[in-house]
Amino acid sequence: MVYLTRVEHFNAAHKLYNPSWSKEKNDEVFGKCANENWHGHNFELFVTVKGVPSPDTGFIVDAKHLSAIIKDRVVEKLDHRNLNLDVDFMQGKMASIENLVLGIWHELKHHIPSGAELHCIKLVETPRIYVEYYG
Amino acid sequence: MGRRVAVSRHEHFNAAHRLNNPDWDEERNQAVFGKCNLPHYHGHNYEIIVRVTGEIDPGSGYVMDMKILSDLVKDHVVERFDHRNLNEDVPEFRTLNPSAENIVVVIHDILRPLIDPVLDLKITLYETPRNFVEYPA
Repeated sequence: MVYLTRVEHFNAAHKLYNPSWSKEKNDEVFGKCANENWHGHNFELFVTVKGVPSPDTGFIVDAKHLSAIIKDRVVEKLDHRNLNLDVDFMQGKMASIENLVLGIWHELKHHIPSGAELHCIKLVETPRIYVEYYG
Repeated sequence: MGRRVAVSRHEHFNAAHRLNNPDWDEERNQAVFGKCNLPHYHGHNYEIIVRVTGEIDPGSGYVMDMKILSDLVKDHVVERFDHRNLNEDVPEFRTLNPSAENIVVVIHDILRPLIDPVLDLKITLYETPRNFVEYPA
């Protein structure tokens, strides 16, 4: 089994704010991340697929094709957007990277080209914070 | 005359912004700024490099105490910009488009009076790992 990772990026705004809590509780739990006027990040997205290299191409999957799928199904929805307001699969959810990585997994899982299987999504919010989801 | 050395401090802040000229119509704003004009803001992990150049002080061996420089940058820039919306929360950008170019000049102008004028000051601002600006050029 070989693992292939494609890296993409998107720049987005968000806030961590539970609308059923008071402002005081949001500030206490989320600190600066609860700023009602939003803040933002350059997110990096690592999509790892696994499979056996094809004897014809040597590929598990054509990385350019994988990139096009990621851009079409995920990056286009997230880049230069507001994660709380603009993203269909985040509606009704807290805009944490934990929830975002789950949403991205579900957007991609059934769209990976045949011959490969989605193995892991790693989402980097800052150089010091990232999440991973293995399904 | 002592040796001139450049010392740099690296800080970061995470902020939302959007690019928009209120004197232009929607069509022109979208044509010029593209996705950066989307109405609900987007964001970046900004990285700042604050570069101070001067002679090594023979007593301390420093050009400038880096702890003092770090505190200045954190207190006067990072604390004001981090986890903020540059358009909505930072007074300098109420009437100034928060492009990377304008942000780097604002940061320079905030720090310049706080640093000994005998020292040269240069700010580098990374908006993304691939785009950065410098002032003075």
